[in-house]
Amino acid sequence: MAAELHVELVAADRSVWSGEATLVIARTTSGDIGVMPGHQPLLGVLESGPVTIRTTEGGTVIAAVHGGFISFADNKLSLLAEIAELADEIDAQRAERALERAKADSDAAAERRADVRLRAVAVR
Amino acid sequence: MGAQLRVYKRRIKSVTATKKITKAMEMIAASRIVKAQRKVAASTPYATELTRAVTAVATGSNTSHPLTTETENPTRAAVLLVTSDRGLAGGYSSNAIKAADQLTERLRGEGKEVDTYIVGRKGVAYYGFRERKVAEAWTGFTDSPSYADAKKVAAPLIEAITQETAEGGVDELHIVFTEFVSMMTQTPVRNRMLPLSLEQAAEESGTKGEILPLFDFEPSAEDVLDALLPRYVESRIYNALLQAAASEHAARRRAMKSATDNAGELINSLSRLANAARQAEITQEISEIVGGSAALADAAGSDK
Repeated sequence: MAAELHVELVAADRSVWSGEATLVIARTTSGDIGVMPGHQPLLGVLESGPVTIRTTEGGTVIAAVHGGFISFADNKLSLLAEIAELADEIDAQRAERALERAKADSDAAAERRADVRLRAVAVR
Repeated sequence: MGAQLRVYKRRIKSVTATKKITKAMEMIAASRIVKAQRKVAASTPYATELTRAVTAVATGSNTSHPLTTETENPTRAAVLLVTSDRGLAGGYSSNAIKAADQLTERLRGEGKEVDTYIVGRKGVAYYGFRERKVAEAWTGFTDSPSYADAKKVAAPLIEAITQETAEGGVDELHIVFTEFVSMMTQTPVRNRMLPLSLEQAAEESGTKGEILPLFDFEPSAEDVLDALLPRYVESRIYNALLQAAASEHAARRRAMKSATDNAGELINSLSRLANAARQAEITQEISEIVGGSAALADAAGSDK
């Protein structure tokens, strides 16, 4: 059995994804970080951006995370975010429209949100 | 139909209409409790993980942060009171307001100035009527609060706590809301949210006595704590708002149930009275007829 770690991806109002994984890649404020089983305990601040989870079945789960935290201890990794979405849930066209609208309204926060969504879709 | 009977009939009709309304409200509230409870449950993982993280940073590093260290002489405190927007929920709002009053009294007794922040139209109306000062108030979302609402409420509170006391900031942050214990019991609670007491936080996340690992902080413990604490406050406020919403619906359901029961009783006793009035009317008519015919018979007999 390959080593695995348990991942919980939770948003403020729901649990988005949970399962076993072999590798999790996320972007913290000081750069991209990859966490594999047996990593030393870690607590970091996440940047908005896509998070990649390699599941034990060999699949890949991509999620758009809007700020938040990564914490890892005892082979349990939790990703906390106010807003988190799986790439499969994101409607690319809608996000694109939202991005254009945000640019037109010069709404920086909305623009960033739409941008993160699109980047997550692009990785997919 | 006699005048009295007509009055009874009219009252029965109006009470029946009221009963229909209260019954409908009871049913709506009952269905909303479940929804609100589900939201509380859905928000729990985030809150637990966040509390764990905060506890881990605060205990695992010797960083001091304005939000975790107690001031020597606290002089100002902020109280956030969560009430409802709508009435007809029994003592729900007034109980929360009473709890907030007691807390304010206690804080004043300790020599602290108190800034009041209010959620919900009922609390705003109570303070407005008594012309008490309210620092800030929010209304319109107590039925089903969203995380964005919690953020909106948390923003000025976080700002006030990070500010120096001399510049209008506060040293402590308290929250008064109604805890959802069960369908039948909701109790107003007063919690000190900040400065953070670590034992309490550990108890809430169920990690009391658990030895937390030595974390590696990315980028640094201070930065992590800086980023964590506002989120922590937001999630606590979000949780309080959700619990308050569930409590509100439960309180409304109970109030409406007793209103419906009362209306049923009222209808029963009114229809008894109406029956008695009808019977009295009939009796009177019969005795009038009998009396009349006796008088006629008497008159006919004396003519002969």
